[in-house]
Amino acid sequence: MSEIPADLKYTKSHEWVRTLSPSSLEIGITDHAQAALGDLVFVEIPEVGSQLTAGAACAVVESVKAASDIYSPVDGTVAAGNTGLANEPELLNREPYTAGWLIRIDVAAGQAPPLLSAAEYAAYLAESGE
Amino acid sequence: MGLKTPLYATHVEQGAKIVDFGGWDMPLHYGSQVDEHHAVRRDAGLFDVSHMCSIDLRGRGAGEFLRKLLANDVAKLKAPGKGLYSCMLREDGGVIDDLIVYRMTESWFRMVVNAGTRDKDLAWIRAGAEPHDVAVEAREDLAMIAVQGPCARAKAASVLSESERRIALDLKPFTAAPLGAWLIARTGYTGEDGFEIALPAADAPTLWKSLCARSIVPAGLGARDTLRLEAGMCLYGSDLDESHHPLESGLAWTVAFEPPDRDFFGRAALERVNRPPREELVGLLLQGRGVLRRHQTVITARGAGEITSGTFSPTLNRSIALARVPHGASGTVQVEVRGNRLGALVVKPPFVRHGAALISTTQMENNS
Repeated sequence: MSEIPADLKYTKSHEWVRTLSPSSLEIGITDHAQAALGDLVFVEIPEVGSQLTAGAACAVVESVKAASDIYSPVDGTVAAGNTGLANEPELLNREPYTAGWLIRIDVAAGQAPPLLSAAEYAAYLAESGE
Repeated sequence: MGLKTPLYATHVEQGAKIVDFGGWDMPLHYGSQVDEHHAVRRDAGLFDVSHMCSIDLRGRGAGEFLRKLLANDVAKLKAPGKGLYSCMLREDGGVIDDLIVYRMTESWFRMVVNAGTRDKDLAWIRAGAEPHDVAVEAREDLAMIAVQGPCARAKAASVLSESERRIALDLKPFTAAPLGAWLIARTGYTGEDGFEIALPAADAPTLWKSLCARSIVPAGLGARDTLRLEAGMCLYGSDLDESHHPLESGLAWTVAFEPPDRDFFGRAALERVNRPPREELVGLLLQGRGVLRRHQTVITARGAGEITSGTFSPTLNRSIALARVPHGASGTVQVEVRGNRLGALVVKPPFVRHGAALISTTQMENNS
């Protein structure tokens, strides 16, 4: 069973979302996602200040096996990227919910993104046989 | 559910992630394929390769038949146990499979062929064997375990009896010897020293566990692929197939045109091929960050080509590939990766052999 922290929100495309403040989020990939991808070897994150669109690809993580797009859960602007991942992409495997965070986003006003709770994400994984 | 090797239950017990490979349920990794890769380069790793098919050819006509069947020449195998890497070609020169053949005695040869090509190989071999005095037997009763790495031979030999140990450690590279019902060969698919052991299915789990107990690390197909690609070895179905002949697949060295009167399948077609061939298989080293993948387009000064195998090299810590490109392409080329063009350097494989990078770091840095 993969780890699913109760204090985070989730997407069906296997990103986790941490609320830092009412207008600021941090995202990464879930434990399930890192296990499915295998050893991560390369991460491409957007520049600070890049505009993000909800549901659009905003970053790429590549494992030995495959490349995978990361989707922004909200409209907003990139506030910070985890530059440490360039030299240590394995942090995504080892600590997906902490040191392996991908980007911080300043959220555009007036959004209520349809995110899953930890229980809903666990149920979604079970349902999809993953 | 796919076919299962005699070690399937052992893999599941050891926490393997199982994937389909050519119809077989095989271990992809047991946790981290990169760690498994490094274990093989630095110490010793263990692979289940029981999906590969051993085929025995017995009879007085076996040698003569193999000189017709294979593009390399088994007449080179003077000493008992000597092995040879060869392609098996169609009449038009397309590669049916790549394989290893050992000459065990005058009238017994052992071939080891790929899992995914087993059925078509056997049909082709049996049809070709008809006019010869040779019996063809697919050894479904055998499992196969590969032990690879700088410490692999010493560690593996430590589980054998004293007399067996002497035989195993005396083996020269690319040579095999029977150990009772087993056949042990000093061969592999990683660019490291080691053994490949064919043995009765019932013996396999016990041997596997005793090798694990000697701290040999179980490694899956994921590590097997990054290791063989670093070693510049072709994978059938990716780098080799029926629509390409060996001369445009980096395997001219495996085709024995001498003696000129040996009439092997595909010879006439290969003799009609332009020299040099229009295309060739080369190595690519990605200069920047990213990962090269199969089927990506390669743009060279001499025209476009295609990546046949690409991956991230854990030893070099950057991406490498094999690519089929127009003959003479050299220097820096461009690869289309997810909508971008990335620079890559044409190099001569292998990339890594016996634990050491064969691509110099200055070459890598000067071109980054």
